Amino acid sequence: MVLTAAVLIYGAWLALAWAPPEREMGDVYRIMYAHVPLVQMGLLAATINFACSVAYLLRASWRTDALAEASAEVGLVFAALGTTLGSIFGRPTWGVFWAWDPRLTSMAVFIVAYAGYLALRRFVDDPEKRAVWSAVAGIVIAVDVPIVYFSVRWWKSLHQMQSSPKTVDPQMVYTLRWNILGYFLLFLTFLGLRYAIALAQRRRETTVPEPARSVSRAVAS
Amino acid sequence: MKVPGLLGATWILLRKDLLLEWRSRSRINALIFFSLATLLLFSFALGPDTALLRRGAGGYLWLAVLLASVLSLGESFRVERENASLEGLRLVPAPARAIFLSKALANAVLLLGLAMVLVPVLVAILDVRVVLPLPTLLEILVLGALAIAAPGTLHGAIASHARARDVLLPLLLFPILIPALVAAAKSTALVFDGDPMGQVDSWLGLLGSFDLLYWALGFALFPRVIEE
Amino acid sequence: MSAPVALDVQDVSKRFGAHWALARLSFQLPRGGALLLTGHNGSGKTTLLRLIATSLQPSSGKLTVLGLDAATAQEEIRARVGLLSHAHFLYEDLSALENLEVLARLLGRPASAARDAVARVRLDPRDDRPVRFYSAGMRKRLALSRLFLKAPALALLDEPFGELDPEGIADVEGAVTELRAAGITLVLATHQIRQGQGLCDQRLHLETGRSVSA
Repeated sequence: MVLTAAVLIYGAWLALAWAPPEREMGDVYRIMYAHVPLVQMGLLAATINFACSVAYLLRASWRTDALAEASAEVGLVFAALGTTLGSIFGRPTWGVFWAWDPRLTSMAVFIVAYAGYLALRRFVDDPEKRAVWSAVAGIVIAVDVPIVYFSVRWWKSLHQMQSSPKTVDPQMVYTLRWNILGYFLLFLTFLGLRYAIALAQRRRETTVPEPARSVSRAVAS
Repeated sequence: MKVPGLLGATWILLRKDLLLEWRSRSRINALIFFSLATLLLFSFALGPDTALLRRGAGGYLWLAVLLASVLSLGESFRVERENASLEGLRLVPAPARAIFLSKALANAVLLLGLAMVLVPVLVAILDVRVVLPLPTLLEILVLGALAIAAPGTLHGAIASHARARDVLLPLLLFPILIPALVAAAKSTALVFDGDPMGQVDSWLGLLGSFDLLYWALGFALFPRVIEE
Repeated sequence: MSAPVALDVQDVSKRFGAHWALARLSFQLPRGGALLLTGHNGSGKTTLLRLIATSLQPSSGKLTVLGLDAATAQEEIRARVGLLSHAHFLYEDLSALENLEVLARLLGRPASAARDAVARVRLDPRDDRPVRFYSAGMRKRLALSRLFLKAPALALLDEPFGELDPEGIADVEGAVTELRAAGITLVLATHQIRQGQGLCDQRLHLETGRSVSA
């Protein structure tokens, strides 16, 4: 955790003070150094959730289920934060908080879909059923978000064209990479904590000592 | 006589589901009026600029069908929960995949019928014209109904066993259906407005692919959902 | 394949969340035998029947039904086992005959078999009314007719005497005797020990999921 804090602080300094201002947008763009990693971590979380969902259906394990729950929740928070920051970035640059372009729309669907996933988990009491049904829901969502992205791409896009490192000032690339690392470590920290909580919960829900051998037999009457 | 295979069992169960829908046809009437009411709501909320309303006609149709689908899917599973009939089917044994196919098809038929009733109503109250050939419109309605029915059946089964099932089903289903909703609404709008750039086929392609994907996914995952 | 033991329950437990509905149960039932399963509500009788029918899977232990492993041979077991559940498995909006016809077709039997099964429990196959309008006793009889239609090798009856008047009870007793005469193995779960006792030759009493001496 200390490492995470250290990397993040360094990354923040880089982002706010060291990296040069962008040609067209001035200092406003610096929010990108938080926005991009946050969204990336959200997508990483979704990938983890998908992998766990498939894994659980192939071989039931509380660890897999706990990791699925943790990744969905942490991923949702990171994605929501990242999208909000992106929206804030949009206001001074594009003039709007929201625009119907592929990435924003997919993120909106992502957020609502995983909120639904978490609601499902909350509304099912039986741990085994909860695990199976969330795994199914997780797979369906993971298949859907890319479809949303590609189908909305058929429309015009306002979203910032992804700059490749070559066309960007090397100082910015450096800054971005450090920030990605920092947010990645932050993500791992939260994920680890949430996973531990989920696993403990699962254990509490299901590990009741199996009663001792029962004594009797059926008797002829 | 032999025990029926997957397709045979699907056919038997489909007849059962359609018969059940027919028996509760007063409910279907109510569903139709519910959808009409939704259309009216949209018109009032977004009107009275008729040109604006006309442009949104494709969207309104599919929104109305989508909202109605939540009710019909919910009912489709309530019927199985009432006397644990779903368990009864599993124990026959009826193949779980046949149960999925029959329920999804029965729901698709119901939604298709609903959409077919709503189109003339839209034409009348929003003053739109069907510019593209009728088979194209029909194709859109069929593919759209199928698109809602498959994930709807999968999630309907899940939601029907959970708490807060009335809220959970739309919450799970709506985000998933967005690509299909977009494709269906866009192509329907083109049916009403005309398609000078020949885009309808692309949208139908998207809708068709969505259908294939989600029917396959539902077919694969449904047995896990209903086993206990 | 005819196993001498119809039912072999070995150290079976079933957990729902943090609650053990059945705890390390073991017993055997020979073919053609009739087991009376008694115990209060919540003692695990229904859970046990559902495990035998393979509607549920045990949390631990091994269950062998008619020589087949419940963990792997569910379809085969389900084809040979009939469960009379207190939930009836009926569709309220279909008539008696329509309900049975669905079952008959799924079993690969002709529609006439459905008609015969309905008539056998003294219900009218020509009655168009949805089951919604039937009394509790009529529904129970219709549920019983499903069992006759299936003609399983092992019949599981969950509270068959519930909600019945004396005539209905006599019907069920008659049905049980018929099933036994046909060599069908039986497990009968009930509170009403008096009724069941005469019909069965073995007894298993459950208390909070474990068997105790009768």
